[in-house]
Amino acid sequence: MSGLPVRKFDAIVIGAGGSGMRASLQLAEAGLSVAVLSKVFPTRSHTVAAQGGIGASLGNMAEDNWLWHMYDTIKGSDWLGDQDAIEYMCKMAPQVVYELEHFGMPFDRNADGTIYQRPFGGHMANFGEKPVQRACAAADRTGHAMLHTLYQRNVRARTQFFVEWMALDLVRDADGDVLGVTALEMETGEVMLLQAKATMLATGGAGRIFAASTNAFINTGDGLGMAARAGIPLEDMEFWQFHPTGVAGAGVLITEGVRGEGGILLNCNGERFMERYAPNAKDLASRDVVSRSMDQEIKEGRGCGPDKDYVLLKLDHLGPEVIMKRLPSIREIALKFANVDCIKEPIPVVPTIHYQMGGIPTNIHGQVVAPKNSEPNEVVHGLYAVGECACVSVHGANRLGTNSLLDLLVFGRAAGNFIVDQALKTKAHKTLPKDAGDRALARLARLDGAASGESVPVVANDIRKAMQAHCGVFRNQQLLDEGVRKITELEQRVQRIAIRDKSRTFNTARVEALELDNLIETAKATIVSAAARRESRGAQARSDYPDRDDTNFLKHTLWYRSGNRVEYKPVNLKPLSVEAFPPKARTY
Amino acid sequence: MKFRVYRYDPESDAAPYVEDYDVALESTDRMLLDALIRLKAVDDTFSFRRSCREGVCGSDAMNINGKNGLACITNLKELKEPVELRPLPGLPVIRDLIVDMSQFFKQYHSIKPYLVNDTPPPEKERLQSPEDRDELDGLYECILCACCSTACPSFWWNPDKFVGPAGLLQAYRFIADSRDHATSERLDNLEDPYRLFRCHTIMNCIDVCPKGLNPTKAIVKIRDSMVKRTV
Ligand SMILES: Cc1cc2nc3c(=O)[nH]c(=O)nc-3n(C[C@H](O)[C@H](O)[C@H](O)COP(=O)(O)OP(=O)(O)OC[C@H]3O[C@@H](n4cnc5c(N)ncnc54)[C@H](O)[C@@H]3O)c2cc1C
Ligand code: SF4
Ligand code: SF4
Ligand code: FES
Repeated sequence: MSGLPVRKFDAIVIGAGGSGMRASLQLAEAGLSVAVLSKVFPTRSHTVAAQGGIGASLGNMAEDNWLWHMYDTIKGSDWLGDQDAIEYMCKMAPQVVYELEHFGMPFDRNADGTIYQRPFGGHMANFGEKPVQRACAAADRTGHAMLHTLYQRNVRARTQFFVEWMALDLVRDADGDVLGVTALEMETGEVMLLQAKATMLATGGAGRIFAASTNAFINTGDGLGMAARAGIPLEDMEFWQFHPTGVAGAGVLITEGVRGEGGILLNCNGERFMERYAPNAKDLASRDVVSRSMDQEIKEGRGCGPDKDYVLLKLDHLGPEVIMKRLPSIREIALKFANVDCIKEPIPVVPTIHYQMGGIPTNIHGQVVAPKNSEPNEVVHGLYAVGECACVSVHGANRLGTNSLLDLLVFGRAAGNFIVDQALKTKAHKTLPKDAGDRALARLARLDGAASGESVPVVANDIRKAMQAHCGVFRNQQLLDEGVRKITELEQRVQRIAIRDKSRTFNTARVEALELDNLIETAKATIVSAAARRESRGAQARSDYPDRDDTNFLKHTLWYRSGNRVEYKPVNLKPLSVEAFPPKARTY
Repeated sequence: MKFRVYRYDPESDAAPYVEDYDVALESTDRMLLDALIRLKAVDDTFSFRRSCREGVCGSDAMNINGKNGLACITNLKELKEPVELRPLPGLPVIRDLIVDMSQFFKQYHSIKPYLVNDTPPPEKERLQSPEDRDELDGLYECILCACCSTACPSFWWNPDKFVGPAGLLQAYRFIADSRDHATSERLDNLEDPYRLFRCHTIMNCIDVCPKGLNPTKAIVKIRDSMVKRTV
């Protein structure tokens, strides 16, 4: 069995972001032996960067209702979200937010001592009537406050963390069951096989497949790569959210909370152009709608600056008090990355890659599912996925702001509880297959053996450039087909990379080379799925197929690595307990 | 742009040394981290941590021209050449700019960094007035980068006994939280010649905190709370 050292646990969680740590908390508190792996110290996971808020219909500011939240989420998803999962999430939202508060989360407060909630894009009262304040916030540092709170709670629960351990590949046996993962301890360079009765992927997003991104360097889609190499399909990967307000040139995010607090977008004529595109919700329309409108303004020559390639986000009218109290980090970011003081001047912004709606297909217990013998959602035993790397699917074709942090809490907790209910302590570990560590070892051996070849950062940048050019806000068949060709070429180049650094001690060049294997799988999945979907829906906007086509495409894409092909499965339009929300036209 | 970088790989180097680099930058490179990434593209053995590239994750703390800071929010224009880069002082070096932070996190963990409140929680949120919540501002924002503790002479000398500014700031974050019920245990935990009282208010910590936090003020407040409970 490849001679690797083996360590056994009841459960392994790969990823210590919000979703992984919400799950591990349930597991550790239930007394299971659980190992949480992370490429970085837990509080450095990218959840730390989330700014705006967590969506939940607490109704602290004005009347709200989880059914309205459900409706907004379905409409936001352009009807591609699964209504059972959406119902579950929106109904559970208040409870998981209250729990987080009990854990110590430093939410902002209202005068009556309740949690402060701000408006956010696409969150409306009474089934789309008017904006409602639903985003539970800790200034503009909600993700930081949440991630630290979850880490602290895990310290209390004595969760065992494997910090700066990189998971490499899943171990799957002949029955198709997942039995654990191979992992590299960065500090020592040692490779180990971690065996578990439940293995959970919580590896976050893969925004680094694009050139301009709000994502951290570590967001390289490792969970997606691992799943794809293990033969598991990836769902709805064509749907990538462009956040309307990334700092032009830098990519750093400016939260939608700025517009929630009253900020507006202006073109070069000083016109508040969103009034034309979304007369009702205006600057607080869904993200896909706002990003497309901005792109349109820029295309039609109404962009700002010397190259007319960005628009302006104006917030000085909110006054220094609101900015310093509710948006202090935004001011810092604008000063540092855009050289503007937003108390006086507007911030130059462009639509920037932000979030992947697709991912590893799961059910509402976090169990990974894949088609088998004409059953579209057969459970892959032993494997779970939560958070941004998973597709449960609550976000469908476009995620509402604040619904990701919520997704982490709701499904991290649900998956944790589901695993606890499996009474793993009473179950034995399955026998590891003979080839358990082979794939990971082969990848490492190739890197060690390659004396010369392509440079990792050069190939990675070429992938990002190709994705940016061929899979942007507006897409068409020719552009996508060309992109598929480029990415296929790049896949060949990935096979030829070499690194000079052969040290075993904290070899970050090796880590980046291993990440490249995951970037390329994610890029392939994205662009092949996009080329196959000949319609516009949510974040996939096709100039050659401008309309949503429910007859042919009201279905989830499943991309398989083997054959680089796509299949489809039906959308679940049936909620758990309430009436379904049938597809209708989507206007804001 | 010219750099003088501390290099050390325990596998191949008998001792640390300094390496000079001249890195070609692009006009879009704004922060020190951008330059380090260019440098790494030329020499992939050069090792450092990084992630968020916006000053919120705390990964890329290092000693820059003699002062601790985060590479990702240090503007290249502010730097004198050659830019001297060293690992954070006082912690064991694993490789190049990567230090072993175990001692730092051990001290953080030693202050019980979690809310303690054993009363059964209400069905909804625990209420907290905006004024009580304001007490947490300037405390909860810490990103555990260790710039402060590794600039503190008292921490260099007693990293195993002195909690250090970052840990003490977090200790106060929980003492200051109106929802926390463990103030007196927290003070007991710090009432010790080393854990708290090694701080000689040298203020290096305030000087370097990239988030503009003030550990010294928190330390003074912890002392005040100790005095208050004895009278
Ligand atoms: C700038 C920004 C602002 C945002 N603001 C909001 C907001 O206001 N509201 C909202 O709802 N959403 C927001 N989002 C989205 C949301 O923050 C993310 O979707 C979410 O935090 C992802 O959490 P996660 O737990 O899935 O993954 P992450 O927090 O990204 O964590 C991933 C974890 O996996 C680990 N990992 C990855 N690969 C490996 C591997 N190979 N081996 C071991 N460990 C590995 C990493 O080390 C890390 O611990 C924002 C996103 C960004 C980028
Ligand atoms: S004020 Fe105290 S904690 Fe801060 S650097 Fe000085 S001795 Fe260290
Ligand atoms: S107090 Fe400041 S310098 Fe110290 S760890 Fe926290 S953020 Fe870093
Ligand atoms: S890279 Fe995260 S703080 Fe600098």
